[in-house]
Amino acid sequence: MKRILSLLLAATLCVAMTACGGSTTSEASSSAPASSEAASSEASSSSEATAELTGTVNTNGSTSMEDVMGTLIEAFREVQPGVTVNYTGSGSGAGITGAQEGTCDIGLASRDLKEDETGVTQITLAKDGIAIIVNPENPVADLTLEQIAQLATGEITNWADVGGNDGQVVFMGREAGSGTRDGFESITGTEDACQYQNEYTSTGEVIAGVAANPNAIGYASLSAVEGDETVKAITVGGVAPSEATVLDGTYAIQRNFNFIINESTPLSDAAQAFVDWATSTDASELIAGAGAVPVAE
Amino acid sequence: MKRKFRPMEAVMRLVFFICGFIAIAFVLFISVYLIISGLPAIREIGLREFLFGTEWASTASEPKFGILPFILTSVYGTCGAIILGVPVGFMTAVFLAKIAPPKLAAVVRPAVDLLAGIPSVVYGLIGMMVLVPAVREAFDLPDGASLFCAIIVLAVMILPSIISVSETALKAVPPEYEEASLALGATHIETVFRVSVPASSSGIAAAVVLGIGRAIGEAMAIIMVSGNVANMPSLFASVRFLTTAVSSEMAYASGLQRQALYSIALVLFVFIMIINVVLNTLLKRKKE
Repeated sequence: MKRILSLLLAATLCVAMTACGGSTTSEASSSAPASSEAASSEASSSSEATAELTGTVNTNGSTSMEDVMGTLIEAFREVQPGVTVNYTGSGSGAGITGAQEGTCDIGLASRDLKEDETGVTQITLAKDGIAIIVNPENPVADLTLEQIAQLATGEITNWADVGGNDGQVVFMGREAGSGTRDGFESITGTEDACQYQNEYTSTGEVIAGVAANPNAIGYASLSAVEGDETVKAITVGGVAPSEATVLDGTYAIQRNFNFIINESTPLSDAAQAFVDWATSTDASELIAGAGAVPVAE
Repeated sequence: MKRKFRPMEAVMRLVFFICGFIAIAFVLFISVYLIISGLPAIREIGLREFLFGTEWASTASEPKFGILPFILTSVYGTCGAIILGVPVGFMTAVFLAKIAPPKLAAVVRPAVDLLAGIPSVVYGLIGMMVLVPAVREAFDLPDGASLFCAIIVLAVMILPSIISVSETALKAVPPEYEEASLALGATHIETVFRVSVPASSSGIAAAVVLGIGRAIGEAMAIIMVSGNVANMPSLFASVRFLTTAVSSEMAYASGLQRQALYSIALVLFVFIMIINVVLNTLLKRKKE
C-alpha cells in the first residue's frame, strides 16, 4: 500500500516536472520513479495515450517460452512502464497448475490444455515450429514423422533405410531441459528414448554440428534455420517447414505457446493489458524475433 | 627516541589486511556454499548411487543421477591430456631453457605466452570446426565429437602452463651443477638430462600437477568438441565431463536436477582441492 502510494506520489511529481521543464523521454529503467517519468512524458507527448496502469503481473510456466516471454516483457516495459511483468520458468504443467490455483496471474504452457485440466482457458499467442535439419549433401529430402522418431531413437541406423546414401545416422540435439528438445521429443513421442550422438547447448551449435557432418540429423527452431544455407530443412510428410505451414497447421512438428488463464478469477487490469498486447499484432514482430510464429492477424 | 605515529602506515596496513581477507573470504564462501547446496541432492540420491551410478538421465520420467560416467571421463580426459601434453611441454621447456639460441627463444617464448592467452572458447570453436571433422574423416567415424578430440584440445591448452613452470624450474638449477658436469666431460645434452632435469624434478612435477588442475577444470573448450552425451567413456564416443555436465544443464535445470548439478560441482571442487594439496606439497618439497 505504502509502495503504491509512493509510486503515485512520484508519478505526480514527475508529471509536474515534465510540465515545467518539458523534459525529453527517458530510457526505460527498472527503478520506479524513472519509469513513471517515462510514462508521463510519453503520455504528455502523445495526445491519445492509453490509460496508465500500475501493478505486478506474475507469469509462470513453460521454459520453452522463456525467449518469447523475455522479449515481450522487455518491450512491455515501454508500453506500460507502471506494470512489472515477472516470469518464472517451471514447466508447462506447473504453469497450468499455477493458473488453476491462482498462485500466478497468467500460466504459460507450450502445449494445449488436456481435457482433465479444467477451470482454465488457453489463449494462443504463438506457434513454435521445429525444423528437422540435415546436411545439404544428404539426398534425403522428405521423412515422415514416424521415420524421424525412428532415426532419433536409433531404430533406423543407416541413411540407406530411408532412401539416402549408405552411412551411419548421427543424431544431434539439445541438452536435457531445453525447450526445443522437450518440444521435439513430445511431438515425435520419443521422450527419454532418443539416442543422441551430440547434445549441444544452443541452437546455433546444433546447426553448426549438422553443417559439419554429412550424416547428421538434428532439430532446431524454425526461425533459426530459415535462410540458412549451411543446413537443409527437410519436409515432413511432404510439407515444408515455414511460417505459413506452421500457422495453417499442416506442418506436423509444431506446438502452441499458450497463456493459461483462470476462468473464475478475472485478470487484473495490468494482466489483461499484457495479454491483450501480447496477442495483438503490435507484439508479432517481437514474437517472430524471439523464434516463434505469431498468430495475431 | 619516541616512535612517531604514522597514520599512512596504519591505513595501508588495514588496506593490505582487507585485501588479504577478501581472497580468503571468497574461498570460504564458495566452499561453504558448494557444500551446503551440494549435499542435499547427494543425501536424497544416496552417495553410493550418485558417485557410482552409471546412468544419468536427469529429465527422464524416472530420473537417474549417476555421475560415474562424468568422473571417469574427467579422469581419462585429464590423463590423456597429460600423456600427450607433458612430453611436448617438457621438451619445449628444455629447448627454451637450455638449447635454443637466445634469439630463437625470444621468438618461441612470446608464442607460448600467446597460446596461454587464447580464450578457451576459441580453442573450442576451432576444435569444433576443424578438429572434429578431421577426426571423423581420419578414423572413419560417424561423428568426430569424442573424448579423443577433447584430449587433444586439453593437451594443447595445458602446454603453456607446463612449459613456463618447467622452464622456470630448469633455469633455477645452479649453474655450478652444469659446469661441473661439463667439466667432467659430459656433452651438453647429457648434462641437461642427467643433471639439470633431475635437479629440477620437483618443479617439473609441479608443472604436471598444474596441468592436471587446468585440464580437469576446463569446460568451455571441451563442451564444444566432446559431444556432450552422458555415455560411459571410450576414446571415440561422445562423452560428458564433470565440468560440462554442470554447464550444459544449468540453464534450464530445476528441482533435484539443479541440486544434483551443485553436487557435481562439489565433487569437482573436491578433486581440485586434492590436486591443490598435492601441488602445495610438491612446491614445499622443492623449497626444502
